[in-house]
Amino acid sequence: MKRFCVSALFAVCVLLLALLTSCSGGDHDDLYVYNWGEYISDGSEDSVNVTKEFEAYYKELTGRDIKVHYTTYPSNEDMYAKISSGTSNYDIIIPSDYMIERMIGEGLLAEIDIESVCEKYGAECYYKYIGDDYRGLYYDPENKYSVPYTYGRVGVIYNTEMVDEEDLGGWELLWNEKYTGKILQFNNSRDGFATAQYMLDLDVNSTDGDTWRRAQSELLRQKPLIQSYVMDEIYNKMESGEAAVAAYYAGDYFTMLDINEELGFYYPERTNVFVDAMCVPAGSANKEIAQLFINFMLSEDIAIANAEYIYYASPNSLVFENEGYIEDMGEEAMEILYPEGFNFAEELNKYAYRNLDAGTLELVNSLWEDMKITGGLPNHVYVTAGVLAAAIAVGIAVIVIRRKRRERFY
Amino acid sequence: MKKSFIERAAAYPHIVWSVLFIIAPLIFVVYYTFTDADGAFTTENVERMFTSNYVLIFINSVCLALIATVICLLIAYPLAYIFSRMKEKWQRIMILLIMIPLWMNFLITTYSWMTILEDTGIINSILSLFGLSAHMINTPGAVVIGMVFCFLPYMILPIYTVMSGIDERLLEASADLGCSGWQRLTKVVMPMSLSGVISGITMVFVPSISTFYISQKLGGGTFQLIGDTIESYFVGTAINYHFGAALSLVLMILILISMAIMNHYTDSEQAERRRIK
Repeated sequence: MKRFCVSALFAVCVLLLALLTSCSGGDHDDLYVYNWGEYISDGSEDSVNVTKEFEAYYKELTGRDIKVHYTTYPSNEDMYAKISSGTSNYDIIIPSDYMIERMIGEGLLAEIDIESVCEKYGAECYYKYIGDDYRGLYYDPENKYSVPYTYGRVGVIYNTEMVDEEDLGGWELLWNEKYTGKILQFNNSRDGFATAQYMLDLDVNSTDGDTWRRAQSELLRQKPLIQSYVMDEIYNKMESGEAAVAAYYAGDYFTMLDINEELGFYYPERTNVFVDAMCVPAGSANKEIAQLFINFMLSEDIAIANAEYIYYASPNSLVFENEGYIEDMGEEAMEILYPEGFNFAEELNKYAYRNLDAGTLELVNSLWEDMKITGGLPNHVYVTAGVLAAAIAVGIAVIVIRRKRRERFY
Repeated sequence: MKKSFIERAAAYPHIVWSVLFIIAPLIFVVYYTFTDADGAFTTENVERMFTSNYVLIFINSVCLALIATVICLLIAYPLAYIFSRMKEKWQRIMILLIMIPLWMNFLITTYSWMTILEDTGIINSILSLFGLSAHMINTPGAVVIGMVFCFLPYMILPIYTVMSGIDERLLEASADLGCSGWQRLTKVVMPMSLSGVISGITMVFVPSISTFYISQKLGGGTFQLIGDTIESYFVGTAINYHFGAALSLVLMILILISMAIMNHYTDSEQAERRRIK
């Protein structure tokens, strides 16, 4: 009977789990948004809560209730792993350029046509406000799959108190021995390699193994100077002054500057340019609602709220030509985000990451792994572990010997 | 007694659960290990592990996990003994205190350790008042501290459970028969608590050897452990489930072997004691 009770309890647990994980719904529509972390105005610190606003907008437009389910991912690769597994049901994703190229190639994205969806629902269409420079980009030449959300470049963030002015200007700062133990490097192979490749003026999309090996030897030279390989921890470490130099995305510099005023920023001559664009996965069940959401994200108030919240440059003329926005951002931020004479399309074609073929990707990853493990642990770790292992072996031997003796005794 | 139909049917959820979430994933791991991207049979994934630096990564992981496990044992054993000899009310309070850190997500715990150990962190700002400083973050030592802190409760709890089951009268009897305090410990308490020690070691060693979060945050990514490497093949730039699965499989086999060795010697020790009884 006891066994039965346990089993019954277990069955109830499984049932409960199943109930919890299955979708509710029926009386309202759903929209599943999958975005980068900290990449939308979310209502914190008196900002606009974009997803809530969309729910209201949708209700007004169609008379139906909708629930926006919002989840985040830390990298293009994480997002790709989830979408390509085919087990997810996201309606909106915001990948970067090279990832969009890859996903289009693999048939993972749905074709979209915002204008006709807007027409169908009688909504005002904002797609026309996307600047001409940001259309027909290499990853989606006919604008069939994506609508640009933000763009930006990678630059070098430094602590003005700790870094001498004469050392600024290039990628060499990340290799400067003066700042040993104060330098942060990307903990992701593509961005990490790119810092060396841009410094050496190599092609970041090379399919030639030797190019990558040259970059690797440069990264190996840099390794002893590195404090740690980080992604999001960079905020903490730069804000607290734990580290002095790091390469990161321009928009995020301002987030750090809010906390630590001593930080400075510059673009090296050659650096990565990226676009993050809104797309609809091919497996989406709500493609029309997804396009309404994309359109909503382009509307003036919402686009400005997002741009002011995340501090990335916007390709939307409703934003970058808006005087209130320009004033809010301030002169310094505008200079960094929208530099004068910056030819976006040309730089993107020259310096953006492209999708690499499987063989090259494999090589890049194994070179990166090799770089990371080179050097191993300090010797005292191995010695300690060896001594402990020996002690355990002796302990087991003692147990065995004692047992043998006892056997003889009885 | 024959089991009724209902009783037998009630066991099915267990079976379904184990097949779905334990057996099936293991089969997938083995399948991926021995196939390439086209699904053809290959042993290349396993061979590749021995041609490159991956052996070193395994050694690194084993070393750090071993050190962390031994430190946990050295801290946990006396603590568990002291707790088990306390008054019942105090025992409950002490065990509660040990459990409290487990209520907090270990990712947050690890992240906090990062800010504690940093050069501008809490420890160093206190030390700097006395003109001292200690570089701790991004060293193997910091990783071991993180492992010990996160996994210590898993060592204390099983040892404590076994020790609190040791009959006080046995200790009295051994004292009456002329055992010194030291002999009491080595001849009575230690053999009787061995099973707790073994499960404690398993519960600390296994998560330590496969951790990736702790080594990334506290080690700063300047050296790699096997968990980091496996992770990078599942969510990294070059997703390669086949090689990642091969690494996982070898790790599992490694753990199984070390557990088997431990159990072989200690099980026979306990069987021996039962026989003598």
